[in-house]
Amino acid sequence: MSVSVPHAFAVWQRNAAMYRRTWMWNILPNFFEPVLYLLSLGIGVGAYITQMGGMSYAAFLAPGLICVAAMNGASFEVTYNIFVRLTFERAYDAMLTTPIEPDDVLAGEILWALTRACIYGACFFIVVCLFGLAPLPRALLAIPIIPLAGLLFACIGIAFSLRIPSIDMFSFYFTLFLTPLFLFSDIFFPLKERLSGAWLWVAEVLPLLHPVRMARMAFRGDASPIVLWDLAYVLSVSALLLVWARRGVRRRLTN
Amino acid sequence: MAVDRADPPIIEAESVSKRFGARLAVDRLSLMVPAGTCFGLLGPNGAGKTTTLRMIYGVTRPSSGTIRVFGLDIGRDPRAVRARLGVTLQQNVLIEALSPIDNLRVFGRYHVLREPELSRRVNELIDFLELRSHATVPVRTLSGGFQRRLAIALSLMNQPELLILDEPTTGLDPAVRLALWSKVRDLRTAGTTVLLTTHYMDEAQRLCDRVAIVANGSVITEGAPLDLIMTRLAPQAVEIECTTDEEPGLLNGLPPKAHRLRAGGRLMIFLDDATALVNRIHAHDHGERRDLIVRPTNLEDVFLAMTGTTLEGGS
Repeated sequence: MSVSVPHAFAVWQRNAAMYRRTWMWNILPNFFEPVLYLLSLGIGVGAYITQMGGMSYAAFLAPGLICVAAMNGASFEVTYNIFVRLTFERAYDAMLTTPIEPDDVLAGEILWALTRACIYGACFFIVVCLFGLAPLPRALLAIPIIPLAGLLFACIGIAFSLRIPSIDMFSFYFTLFLTPLFLFSDIFFPLKERLSGAWLWVAEVLPLLHPVRMARMAFRGDASPIVLWDLAYVLSVSALLLVWARRGVRRRLTN
Repeated sequence: MAVDRADPPIIEAESVSKRFGARLAVDRLSLMVPAGTCFGLLGPNGAGKTTTLRMIYGVTRPSSGTIRVFGLDIGRDPRAVRARLGVTLQQNVLIEALSPIDNLRVFGRYHVLREPELSRRVNELIDFLELRSHATVPVRTLSGGFQRRLAIALSLMNQPELLILDEPTTGLDPAVRLALWSKVRDLRTAGTTVLLTTHYMDEAQRLCDRVAIVANGSVITEGAPLDLIMTRLAPQAVEIECTTDEEPGLLNGLPPKAHRLRAGGRLMIFLDDATALVNRIHAHDHGERRDLIVRPTNLEDVFLAMTGTTLEGGS
């Protein structure tokens, strides 16, 4: 069975219909969060740091935090929200009484998580521009990295969500997986100045590192061939996880 | 009921089994639902009714056996089959934060309905299930009966040829049940084939042209409700309080083929005509009062006679 685009879109529309009712309340925190980060870290901590990576600390942080916003937008959607739709709202049981198939559910949910990632990321991007931290126009090249980061973390999150028995497991996902990524993915300090040798290679495993590095390259305007490796990592890890999630979604929704 | 014998059946299940680990939920079940009928799967909780329904609309795969719906193999063509049927699940799956109208619109998109068809169909369903008075308030504020009507409205979105209802009136008050039954009758009259599960024998008896009694995952008997009563038991039931010691003296002279069932201190005897037996019991008791009821035999009795268990009690 393959994906039917109109049916996947119907899944997306269900989520959009619910989001539309409360979008004002949903979208506001997306603006507060970056402002708070930039104030505390950029202007607070940054006052004690003259330069990092050849720029002000706030300017160093900005591209990485945009990726984090995209990661968070996708992650909340494919963890807590999907689990609620799966178990409490039984939304997928309802969908599967119609021509919608499990593959359509997966495609629609990934598409919706991407949408949320783009909303989060775009809000952050706007704030970064308002703070004067985005060198325009070249920083605009970072915009396509928002959906890429969203896709990667939508796939990681959904593959996890489809295989856990209870909603309590998500606290592990956030504290033992996303938080370390947030702290050690080149966002707060340049990894290659603090790590050496084999550790630098180990760090390449971290998923968030790749979108962050691409976003920073866009902000600095110094593209290097490593962008190809970053792109290949994001796309191939997403593709592999999607294949795995396809099996998971069928096992979870049908028997 | 006018069933054209030339019409192919809507559902054909042949020797279908479903195993979940060590548990055999459905055991070589066979079923044939003719077009235009209301067909009931009657059985206690845990008999395999819901699993059977899930296999019919293609979200549970049989471990063995084949199921054809509208003549199509459900394992091969689930999209095509589900485009032509509607399902009301046992538990409502409404979006509680949204209004009935928005719930209907979301569901219409699952069937890829587009404007203006979508709005037209939503309006028709609001009228048909009498949802107009609360069509725009969040579903979570509505009564159980109203929510159930909305759940049925959702399953009618695609004007299904086959409507599947899993325990449609469980937990509803009597007035709401009567109203829902009349809607199901309207649909059947309009030509929709209905397959429902229930553990209420009165629901099955009032709504269904045919019923299949299911226990432990297989069909133990099948037929029109009245035919089952006549062939398996007899039209009249006499219920009396009597001990096992009293029984032979009290029932002396009863035709040997008359069915008897005992549930604790209560004895039920099924007869074509109860008058003679009632007179004999009165004579035996010499005017003493004994708890005695004469009533029409019902499907619950048939079920009890065939399985030794009650429908409500479970197997």
